[in-house]
Amino acid sequence: MSSSRRSTLIVEHLRKQQMWEAISKGKRLDGRNLDELRPLSIDLGIIKKANGSARVNLGNSEVIAGVKVETGEPFEGLENKGALIVSAEVLPTASPFIEPGPPDEETIELARVVDRGVRESEMVDLDQLALIPGEIVYTIFVDCSITNTDGNLFDCTSYAVVSALMSCKLPVFEIQDNRVIDTGAIKPAPVTTIPVSITAARIGDSIILDPTAEEEACMDARITITTNSDSHYTAVQKGATGAFTREQIKSISELARLKGQEVRGKIKELARIGE
Amino acid sequence: MTQTRNLIDEKGIRTDGRTADELRKIKIEVGVVKNADGSAYIEFGNNKIIVAVYGPREVHPKHMALPDRCVLRCRYHMSPFSTDTRKNPAPSRREVEISKVIRESLEPALMLADYPRAAIDVFVEVLQADGGSRCAGITAASVALADAGINMRDIVTACAAGKVDERIVLDINDTEDKEGGADMPVAYLPHLNQITLLQLDGILSSEQFNECLDKALNGCKSIYEIQRLALMKKYFGSESEEIREEQ
Repeated sequence: MSSSRRSTLIVEHLRKQQMWEAISKGKRLDGRNLDELRPLSIDLGIIKKANGSARVNLGNSEVIAGVKVETGEPFEGLENKGALIVSAEVLPTASPFIEPGPPDEETIELARVVDRGVRESEMVDLDQLALIPGEIVYTIFVDCSITNTDGNLFDCTSYAVVSALMSCKLPVFEIQDNRVIDTGAIKPAPVTTIPVSITAARIGDSIILDPTAEEEACMDARITITTNSDSHYTAVQKGATGAFTREQIKSISELARLKGQEVRGKIKELARIGE
Repeated sequence: MTQTRNLIDEKGIRTDGRTADELRKIKIEVGVVKNADGSAYIEFGNNKIIVAVYGPREVHPKHMALPDRCVLRCRYHMSPFSTDTRKNPAPSRREVEISKVIRESLEPALMLADYPRAAIDVFVEVLQADGGSRCAGITAASVALADAGINMRDIVTACAAGKVDERIVLDINDTEDKEGGADMPVAYLPHLNQITLLQLDGILSSEQFNECLDKALNGCKSIYEIQRLALMKKYFGSESEEIREEQ
């Protein structure tokens, strides 16, 4: 059952007041402008045992994504497509408030929103990944471990998944006598577009992008918007217990396209695509 | 998503006979669960959903209580017989997420600070599922909350719009959800002009995104009238009498 609760991170009243004052003047407590993202860094191939991997740091938030490729049965209703499964776990290392155990609703939402962003944008051309249509297909797992939390896990995790998929090398499987043979060769994953998610938070009447954990503890509402390489919208998720007006949604959706392009350029550069 | 057949014919008629701007048939009944403090039953196309509200009541376990406001708890659940293939009754990850977004779409409408240390429980049970069950659930839940006499700023009304055969249409049904291009569920507070739920899966251009959102908001406004009439029918008897009194 979903239950309202207090934020685990308590921000002192004085600090909140400082945050509101700063935001009303167009600045944030860490010195950023309202629509400024934190520095993004991406390290690829850090896990040699994975078919593709990435460590992404967005400010102090850190996520490691690993791709593992296997063969398996296709999903029901998608018999002629490969299967892509994205999962996320907030590790107990990530903050003093995380306890080991089954995922809570926020972690489930995180994994599902990131999965939706990648899946709905059709980033990986799954049509190319059926081996025996209806029976055996490529199964791509992208598992994310959040190792440090400082807000905006949606974007940080999404960038990690996208970077890991872009840099991943699929084993080339062949079918001989109805059996799957690993030829030992590798090929890049069939990536068609680069989905980029942008998360905005509303604090009072101000909209800020890429909120930190402290800002998330003070926000009224949150929205995550994913765009693809054509700057078309592919996924949206509103979160937290506040609301947005139609005008706010309009301006955030424009910002998501603009900033999405910026981040896409950065991911392309850092993930060294085209080499 | 791959398109296997045309979902809109050359006259602009959809698979279930509706036009692009037409809602499915909606029926709301208030006060259907006798033991509950508030309840509602909704038929939204082929969706059949029952919502019961209990509270404000004591919080168990006690440590979950909040000193300054009420705890809102929501459960969205699908009955095993509600879908084509039997649904495992254990809560799925999808149901966990939908429970959360339903709670977050209702919370802005409720004056939770009026009931500190208490809990309000909202149980949304999907007896028969069609496309758009979360929107139908939210629509019924806010009627049930009003029926329970919870202090509210506004009623929450919800509706989806989406893209089918490259056209933006209102209120996506099950077939259009599975085979169409995009689905955007929206929840809205009609008097405060606030959007409390917004999700999207599927690809939309900037123009389509705005058209889709505006279409969903218009759908919400029509559904609000049905919610209002359902509540008036329970509390003031016949609908027509009350409308006359108001004028």
